[in-house]
Amino acid sequence: MEAEELKVKSYITKYNNEKKALISILQEVQEEYNYLPQEVLKIVSKALGIPLIDIIGVATFYRAFSLEPRGKHLITVCLGTACHVRGGPKILEEFERKLNIDAGETSKDGQFSLETVACLGCCAIGPVVVIDGDYHAQITIRKVGSILKKHFKKE
Amino acid sequence: MRKIKKIKTIKDLEQSIQSQIQARKSEKKSVLTVSAGTCGQARGSLKVIKSLEKAIKEQNLEDKVKIKVTGCHGFCEAEPNIIVQPVNIFYQKVQPKDAKDITSETIINNKVIDQLLFTDLATGKKVSNENNIPFYKKQKRIILGDNTLIDPTDMDDYLSIGGYRSLVKALSDMTQEEIIETVKQSGLRGRGGAGFPTGYKWEFARKTKSDTKYIICNADEGDPGAYMDRSLLEGNPHRVLEGMIIGAFAIGAGEGYIYARDEYPLAVEHISLAISKAEEMGLLGKNILGTDFDFEVQIVKGAGAFVCGEETALIASVEGRVGEPRQRPPFPAVKGLWGKPTNINNVETWANIPLIIEKGAEWFSRIGTNGSKGTKIFSLVGKINNTGLVEVPMGITLREIIFDIGGGIPGGKDFKAVQTGGPSGGCIPKEMLDLPVDYESLAKVGSIMGSGGMIVMDENTCMVDVAKFFLNFLRDESCGKCISCREGTQRMWEIVTDITEGKGKKGDLEFLEALAKATRDASMCGLGQTAANPVLSTIRHFKDEYEAHIKDKKCPAGVCKELIQYSIIAENCTGCLACIKPCPQDAITGELKKVHVLDQSKCIKCGACYEACNFDAIKIE
Repeated sequence: MEAEELKVKSYITKYNNEKKALISILQEVQEEYNYLPQEVLKIVSKALGIPLIDIIGVATFYRAFSLEPRGKHLITVCLGTACHVRGGPKILEEFERKLNIDAGETSKDGQFSLETVACLGCCAIGPVVVIDGDYHAQITIRKVGSILKKHFKKE
Repeated sequence: MRKIKKIKTIKDLEQSIQSQIQARKSEKKSVLTVSAGTCGQARGSLKVIKSLEKAIKEQNLEDKVKIKVTGCHGFCEAEPNIIVQPVNIFYQKVQPKDAKDITSETIINNKVIDQLLFTDLATGKKVSNENNIPFYKKQKRIILGDNTLIDPTDMDDYLSIGGYRSLVKALSDMTQEEIIETVKQSGLRGRGGAGFPTGYKWEFARKTKSDTKYIICNADEGDPGAYMDRSLLEGNPHRVLEGMIIGAFAIGAGEGYIYARDEYPLAVEHISLAISKAEEMGLLGKNILGTDFDFEVQIVKGAGAFVCGEETALIASVEGRVGEPRQRPPFPAVKGLWGKPTNINNVETWANIPLIIEKGAEWFSRIGTNGSKGTKIFSLVGKINNTGLVEVPMGITLREIIFDIGGGIPGGKDFKAVQTGGPSGGCIPKEMLDLPVDYESLAKVGSIMGSGGMIVMDENTCMVDVAKFFLNFLRDESCGKCISCREGTQRMWEIVTDITEGKGKKGDLEFLEALAKATRDASMCGLGQTAANPVLSTIRHFKDEYEAHIKDKKCPAGVCKELIQYSIIAENCTGCLACIKPCPQDAITGELKKVHVLDQSKCIKCGACYEACNFDAIKIE
């Protein structure tokens, strides 16, 4: 944990130990660990002098943060208004069926997390799904299976 | 890339701009402008660029042609698109395999490739010039148009279209009061939602006495269905920055923040690059261009909270706290970031500033209507043929936007409504298509301008489901500080959900209206105050649809799962087997060339068969 502690502290010193940088620091922690481990939050709390409960408050307020470990692969289904009227919810249901998890959950083997987002800002090509940073445009129910296959064929 | 020499004086900057303008004019190579904003990339523009590079190399055309990678051109439906300059040919939906033809035919032989041209649906004719495409004809692209001209990662390119000329003018020819007066006279109103007059906002911040002042660019574009701010930051970041530098100078702010949405990685990348270039060149930092004006800009990434678009919540978030709004007054212009006077404007508002300074208040105020000046960028999305970003003069009618620019509804379906203003806005029915689009008119019919989302809905969109969608969004995004908003949105969502599930009862609508009004009247910030709009506007304009759900237990649009049933129309079914495989429940059985059968007890109403059928043989009722 000592090495970990040093790593976490390096994020904090990068922002001059300033309390105002809490959200930025949490973003870096999440980038590194894929979620916000409680042990790490304790280090952040101590270093910044912010009570842990306030840090948890911030972490649970913003959608981008997760207190649970997330899967190796992140699948994000856009449910913005434009994607909604073009059938986004049906696409989400198909992912839920195919992956056998509900939105917001991670598969038991830790491979996939299925999340939703309120808008990705590429409404013209909706319904949109992002898999590990790759955007997929105009998804149909039938495309879901083939996208999953194509994306994960190497594994 | 060559090292940028720091620009030390206003005169130096003026000269740099002039020499870049000259360089653009004397460009001898043809230019292939490829749109590669987030949507362009999602449609494969990066692959097209690679193929073009390869083709240019293979055909030894390096001296004849160059590729320019730009942000979004607005016509997202036609992505990836390429404009060949200087001949001005617009190619749409370009695939990597087309690259060779473009270089060999268009660049070497000066030939237009017909199959890559846009076809005008009304006339059936091919159109080669972008300006003759109906989508662009009625637009007035004074802001968005520059996206097609410049590489957003190259500051020189911005200079070459006269970029930062307004900064030169502001710093050398105008006093701070004159700048604010010009913005006031222009009639520019905030493009983020509420439409407050920008010049007056600046004046309040300027007049508040304080040793430290801040400005903020609100790039937390949280309205689902709106993405013009993303496109501006991705496609023309220096323009936003120029607006901010001028604003900071006029207001007397030494520090600026750009609060950007976490979901917009490319926008953050481009604006970050623009900031560091501007710092390198001496347009940000201490003693900008030899004056005694100091100004720095930082980016703060949001973490996914819609309420942070509200200015006091945004300030709390920049300070590293939970993004809860607070009571106003005091307004941020008096007490904002860290208790200091702060002026917050939206991305599009900032992008308007250089134009107003350059061309003057009178020029700007000639565009638009009495109360709403200039242009507005809308994202025209949903059930519409030409989806994309459209920039139109204020006062244009909804009909012109949806039918002339947008090309109407796909598949010959009937237009039902257009939703403007995001979760704070409302749905406008077809009887009101001739409504002029400006702040006042939209408010009159129960909607708002908002940040410019325009979601088109057709006969297959259920308006009760749309109200449920927005309520679900709002109850999720309500910060919870005011009980009226926290509980109001939750209760309204529960009632509307019941209605969509066939559990609606008499009196629900009256109760919903009462709840909606209470939520509006008792909530502190804009989120709660406007949370009722999607409900009130749909009840107002689509009451019969609510009643069909409540009384007849039917969803006329065929959306609400509990109220619909899928079945096979025997006369239309050709027995092609296409629907059998996609069904996750094995609910459809049948043989080739024989009418298929759907087992209702197994059907989960996922819609896979409806999507798969090519013969309109699946009925939803």
